[in-house]
Amino acid sequence: MILAVIIPSREAELRQLLASMNRAPGLLDPLNAVIPFGQLKCLHFARIVILDDQTLDDITAYGLPRVDYPTYLAILGDCDGVIEDLLEDLVKHAGDGLRRIFAHCEGYAAGTDLLAWMKAHHVATTANYVNWIGRTVQQGNEEEMLRQTLEQFIQRDAESLRAMPQRQMREALKEFVANEVRSGRVTLTPAAPTPLEWRLRNFLHLLGMPILLLLLSPLLLTVLPFFLIQLRRCEKSDPEIAPRVNPEHANLLSSLEDHGVTNQFSAMGSLKPGLFRRLTMIVILNAIDYTARHVFNRGRLARVTSIQFARWVFLDGKKRVIFASNYDGSLESYMDDFINKVGFGLNIVFSNGVGYPRTNWLLLDGAKDEQKFKDYLRRHQMPTQAWYNAHPGLTALDKWRNAQIREGLEQQFMTDAEIQQWLRLF
Amino acid sequence: MSAEPVNFSDIQGIVRFGYNALTEASFLLLKISDPAGARAWLMEAPVSTAEELSRPPVTALQVAFTCEGLHALGVAEELLTGFSAEFQSGMTGQESRSRRLGDIDANSPELWRWGRVGNVPHVLLMIYAQPGRLEGWTRTIQDAAWRAAFEVLDCLSTSNLGGKEPFGFKDGISQPTPDWGRQREVSGDELAYGNRLSLGEFLLGYPNEYGKYTDRPLVSPDAPLSSILPMAEDQPNKRDFGRNGTFLVFRQLQQDVRGFWRFIDKQTHSDPKARQNLAESMVGRRMDGTPLVPVGSPSIEGIDKKSVAQNQFTYDADSNGFLCPFGAHIRRANPRNADLPASDGLFARLGHTLGFGNADYRDDVIASTRFHRMIRRGREYGPKLTPEQAAGGDPDTAEHGIHFLCLAANILRQFEFVQNSWMMNTKFDALTEQSDPLLGNRAKIAGCPFSNTFSLSQQEGVRARVMDMPQFVTVRGGAYFFLPSISALRYLAGVNRQP
Repeated sequence: MILAVIIPSREAELRQLLASMNRAPGLLDPLNAVIPFGQLKCLHFARIVILDDQTLDDITAYGLPRVDYPTYLAILGDCDGVIEDLLEDLVKHAGDGLRRIFAHCEGYAAGTDLLAWMKAHHVATTANYVNWIGRTVQQGNEEEMLRQTLEQFIQRDAESLRAMPQRQMREALKEFVANEVRSGRVTLTPAAPTPLEWRLRNFLHLLGMPILLLLLSPLLLTVLPFFLIQLRRCEKSDPEIAPRVNPEHANLLSSLEDHGVTNQFSAMGSLKPGLFRRLTMIVILNAIDYTARHVFNRGRLARVTSIQFARWVFLDGKKRVIFASNYDGSLESYMDDFINKVGFGLNIVFSNGVGYPRTNWLLLDGAKDEQKFKDYLRRHQMPTQAWYNAHPGLTALDKWRNAQIREGLEQQFMTDAEIQQWLRLF
Repeated sequence: MSAEPVNFSDIQGIVRFGYNALTEASFLLLKISDPAGARAWLMEAPVSTAEELSRPPVTALQVAFTCEGLHALGVAEELLTGFSAEFQSGMTGQESRSRRLGDIDANSPELWRWGRVGNVPHVLLMIYAQPGRLEGWTRTIQDAAWRAAFEVLDCLSTSNLGGKEPFGFKDGISQPTPDWGRQREVSGDELAYGNRLSLGEFLLGYPNEYGKYTDRPLVSPDAPLSSILPMAEDQPNKRDFGRNGTFLVFRQLQQDVRGFWRFIDKQTHSDPKARQNLAESMVGRRMDGTPLVPVGSPSIEGIDKKSVAQNQFTYDADSNGFLCPFGAHIRRANPRNADLPASDGLFARLGHTLGFGNADYRDDVIASTRFHRMIRRGREYGPKLTPEQAAGGDPDTAEHGIHFLCLAANILRQFEFVQNSWMMNTKFDALTEQSDPLLGNRAKIAGCPFSNTFSLSQQEGVRARVMDMPQFVTVRGGAYFFLPSISALRYLAGVNRQP
């Protein structure tokens, strides 16, 4: 995430510039003149958000003064490979547009080295979730093309295919695809090998956390009772701030939504004051990052299959947090997943934010207070000024199914049961 | 905790009864031309209640208001803002709502007969009567004082097709059972699909499936007339304007009966048996209402003995969609799942809670059904046309359709969710390129080649797929209404515009 302070007097102008990237509110032109995201071949999603936090007064519920943080501009992207390559790509394809954007931000002057400036303004993600680690943009494109071509073939040759035994049917489909590949209509680029260095680092990361926990366990066990006592005290006294959402705010947000099958969600808020909540949040976000990387990296974030990418980023000395996600379906179904499928997961994180509906032992209640929870999240949500999706029309489940179609095609041998299962993917 | 018993005499009858014996019905869409006159009429209006009578009624009258209607009646802004955002905004008040509901292209509100912005009715009168009595009953209601108070925008007639909807299928079979006895206690995940649901799903002022009270207008006990209203159960210092009332979603859905049967006839090369089979696959039931999946065990809470043969089933035993296609109308409208996938033992349950233990990418992707149910009270309109007539060459210029009416305490979570995420969504249940075979608007989806297909899973080999399905159902009108309790009606009768 690139984060820059917007020069207050230039904010309105910046908003106009960002709006010019859209064909209509919520509908980005992927090849717009400012940042033609569509030319960046490794980019899944990207967004530009003006972090206009409408909830800064909430902290006064604790008797603390409101802090007027600067208004930031945030640019977020979910890409294949490493961030350095993405930044270089951005400079190459959208250097002028980025310079125009950053000219509205503090510390950027004409002649500034764009790449160096962006690197200096890069803020590391605190916790990151990727629906399927390692699935590239190119793979998404190629496998959808493969599916569509196969579906057409199946439709066209339905009768002759149906007359075949399943094994023969699979062979016919394989042969058809082989022909399509030869003629160049279908491309199936072999997956690039995962860099050894990445695998090694990932392995160490996998081991690192349990080892750290093991080493710290005497300390953690000692702290646990005090943690629980403090938690219960806070849970009883922390104020809830979840009034009905201002209709204008809600209308603005929904005008940006449901133009396709996938939506964006950008929200921010302040952490509850004090070291207790801050430490809790640090531990929890690290735990989420760890489990997302090593456990929930194959299509499901616990029970949820509709989130393509999500991340939390600390801001302002860990006093505030941004949450940004790309999800399939409408906001109401997203909220439904949050409440009914992973309420505990939402509670454990967001209950450290000011005003969250009351939790019980960190995991219980909270999100289950349905209407308050929905109001709380909607109130903390911010309009996303520009949002790019490399695969409009494809949900995470679509990509998962498409990948299975290809896997089955490339698999050397399949049992009859596997063939039957594979044929059901169409 | 023993909950206070339900006062049926304060609830409009339609919440409890379908008035199926009153086969004649019409729906009057009204504008309030004289607020004082309208209030005076409401004070005395013979509105039928949910009380069980010793003799079945021969007529019935129900009344509901849009937000515009309450405003026109003189209800204070402060009270109106206590309603949900979707009720205040209305069915057509926002472009994004229309997008979500599928009300675009041929369904777009500009083309509606009624309900578009600027043409939203104030009041809905639902008039029911035994055969031959509707006209007289309507005349009785519309006396001189009534005629001075209201202007009729439209009178939507209905027809009695013998319990079938215009395509010829038995309709209105599956209904949730409200927990009238207030016995239901929900805590934690429900591990089986159940049909008995908390009263608060269907009436305001009672706990819903989350054990919470849905937002609704509350009134200070010091306000004039507020003593008419019951106390709010969850907020003892407030009077409850919503209690015993609910929301009524009304959509006039025109059905292209001829287009439906002709299309299917063509797909099946005019083989009458195959034609009926394909239509039944799209619906998910036989034409007589029998579900495509077997009924029987296990028994389902809240399904009474009478309806076992048509309702005691889930899709658990049809996880491949061989018997009932994944995208069939009734499987979308009511997926009949529980909060968690079926789990044997504590460990499996814990595993499922964390998202483990799924065999397939499409396992556990549908939202839990119990938060998305509605009571349906629709009525058909237009003359009867059999499938044979429709598929054949008989001339037919009449309009056919259904006045879809449903009751829910939370329009957004119940009606809008089902309409958006289950009916219109081309990605429902990990499917793609298809929306509801009956209701789908076939609108173009960015990045998708089609939205007009229908897949039929096959036991052996690949799916069969119907392509190029036209739109069979077109929205012609609609609005969100509030169906007040009897005490709220009397309260409304007494309100005056605040100075």
